[in-house]
Amino acid sequence: MLEATELACLKGDRLLFRGLDLVLDAGGMLRVAGPNGVGKTSLLRILCGLALPEHGQVRWRGADIRREREAFHSALLYLGHAPALNDLLTPLENLRFALRAGGEAADDARCVEALGRIGLGAQIDLPARVLSQGQRRRVGLARLFVSAARPLWVLDEPFTALDTAAVADLAATLEAHCEAGGTVILTTHQDAPFRRAPQVLDLAEVAC
Amino acid sequence: MRDLNEKDLRGKSLMRFASPQVFYPVAGRFAPWFAAVAAVLAVAGLYVGFFVAPTDFQQGEVYRVIFIHVPAAWMSMFVYLVMAFWSAVGLVLNTRLSFMMARALAPTGAMFCFVALWTGALWGKPTWGTYWVWDARLTSQLLLLFLYLGYIALTEAIEDSRRADRAGAILALVGAVNVPIIYFSVQWWNTLHQGASVSLTKAPSMATTMLAGMLLMALAAWAYTFATAFWRVRSLILERERHTDWVGAELERLGSR
Amino acid sequence: MLSAFAAVLRRDLTLAWRGRADVLVTLAFFVVVVCLFPFGVGAETNQLRAIGPGVLWVAALLSTLLSLHRLFAQDHADGTLEQLLLTPEPAALWVTAKIAAHWIVTGLPLVVAAPLLALLFDVEQEALGVLTLSLALGTPILALLGAVGAALTLGLRGGGVLLALLVLPLYVPVLIFGAGAVDAFLGGVGATAHLLLLGGGLLGALALAPFACAAALRIAVE
Repeated sequence: MLEATELACLKGDRLLFRGLDLVLDAGGMLRVAGPNGVGKTSLLRILCGLALPEHGQVRWRGADIRREREAFHSALLYLGHAPALNDLLTPLENLRFALRAGGEAADDARCVEALGRIGLGAQIDLPARVLSQGQRRRVGLARLFVSAARPLWVLDEPFTALDTAAVADLAATLEAHCEAGGTVILTTHQDAPFRRAPQVLDLAEVAC
Repeated sequence: MRDLNEKDLRGKSLMRFASPQVFYPVAGRFAPWFAAVAAVLAVAGLYVGFFVAPTDFQQGEVYRVIFIHVPAAWMSMFVYLVMAFWSAVGLVLNTRLSFMMARALAPTGAMFCFVALWTGALWGKPTWGTYWVWDARLTSQLLLLFLYLGYIALTEAIEDSRRADRAGAILALVGAVNVPIIYFSVQWWNTLHQGASVSLTKAPSMATTMLAGMLLMALAAWAYTFATAFWRVRSLILERERHTDWVGAELERLGSR
Repeated sequence: MLSAFAAVLRRDLTLAWRGRADVLVTLAFFVVVVCLFPFGVGAETNQLRAIGPGVLWVAALLSTLLSLHRLFAQDHADGTLEQLLLTPEPAALWVTAKIAAHWIVTGLPLVVAAPLLALLFDVEQEALGVLTLSLALGTPILALLGAVGAALTLGLRGGGVLLALLVLPLYVPVLIFGAGAVDAFLGGVGATAHLLLLGGGLLGALALAPFACAAALRIAVE
């Protein structure tokens, strides 16, 4: 489903890694590992099409993501470090906007249910600035419940600032997504309770 | 960091030079020749302009400043277009060297702009009594200088060299599209607000020697631009590729001289 | 196809309404700058009447410049910009929506306030219509061009001043035709040519600026 060949990443004037190949099939989960600064976030951004690689190509379902941008981005859900939350809007409004801006229909009932499921049922109508750090991150994760139809999920440190119960729930959700035929790529420093260990790509091996 | 290997260096002959590593020695070999040609042509042009060309009937000796003013004005325009060209090439083909070329050209273009403005003022004072006149050409020249300064300021303000290159490229292209618009609008503005018929573009009618002088100076400016751009691009290459082995070796060689 | 456009437009207008103090500041700045000129050039009525349209135009231009930093800064900081760049819809569309919302909130008040402020300069009554129309056509062009500058300077230190340096040369033609329209009307030549040029410029900017802006945003976010 997702293939990358000969990827090289330049940051500033330094080459972070080169000659990186990866293949990820439907139902696969990939964990990108490595020490801080090795280029995990940069790799994820290249795989999403947010950054241009110095060399190499990323292909989704056989097509170069730069050529088939629309199809690729309809299939992609990316959650980066920043929770993409606007302080003046409520979590519900933020979630609705995220869905609509991504070209999906925003069914209110499902949004409320998703927010309830991640534990923000009581805060739905409060402006996001009153939420704690952990609560803010969880609003972004609510999208995972509503956008399940998108096959490729790319998550950068999704478990940060979550308590144990939330971590378990999220791990279960990711695995369910893979079982349903979706693909997950994530980076994490924590040991998440996955039933089956994900494929691991250690960037330290291809680092320059 | 590994250098280019044989596989990279083979292939289409012209695209080879898109690699900084290959272009660096080429630029180094040609730059001194361009500098020498520039010096010779400049001396010839100035000689023709200041000694051979006849005195103008109306403006006397002062008019001779056009031998510097006009070529500088031409070059400032031309260099901007070349900058925009390399910016477009860089954005389309994603070649780093094109962006470096554009950045190397900018200071020279700005310099020509400044020289054109300054010599325009020097010409204006004895001829029309004021150092500055909001004449269409000079005003457009001033705005062109601002476009150059904007490009230089933007590319210097961004630390990440790739972002700097690409942002500068977009700015150069937006500027290039706007240059005719700016020129046209300033022309319009100038004719409407025209009080006196002051115009620094009213050069005396050209005797052949005068044209020869200006042509020599223009060619000299062109050769000078090549020389400075090549020298500047070389230092940009060294800076950008400083993590590679070949640059390490080159710096050692330069250091031990 | 237009769902991102509508969503972005609605959201930006909502945000502007909730943070409306910011918006009023731009209008206040416009008023203050206009009022500065009599102190600088003297309060002689004929002189003020002659410079009035030009002063209003320059003040509108400076106010637009000052408000541009708000266009992308917040979205860049909280990560929304990245998400927008990942939408399957063409970036030029939602960028246009953002610029449109920005103009409605910062440019439109200037267009409405200008004829009132023109009275401070005793600009002839008949010219007020042309003045308002020239600003109505010109301020969107300023917003579109300024957006490209804002995208290029996103997140840079000293961004505001750098933005001004980049964008002011591009603003000159708009200023020439905008202020010139009023002068032409008052001079009896008629403002049609100027206004048509402004209209053409607006169409051109609408067609091209969103693409340049989207490209610049992608570069800034890389």
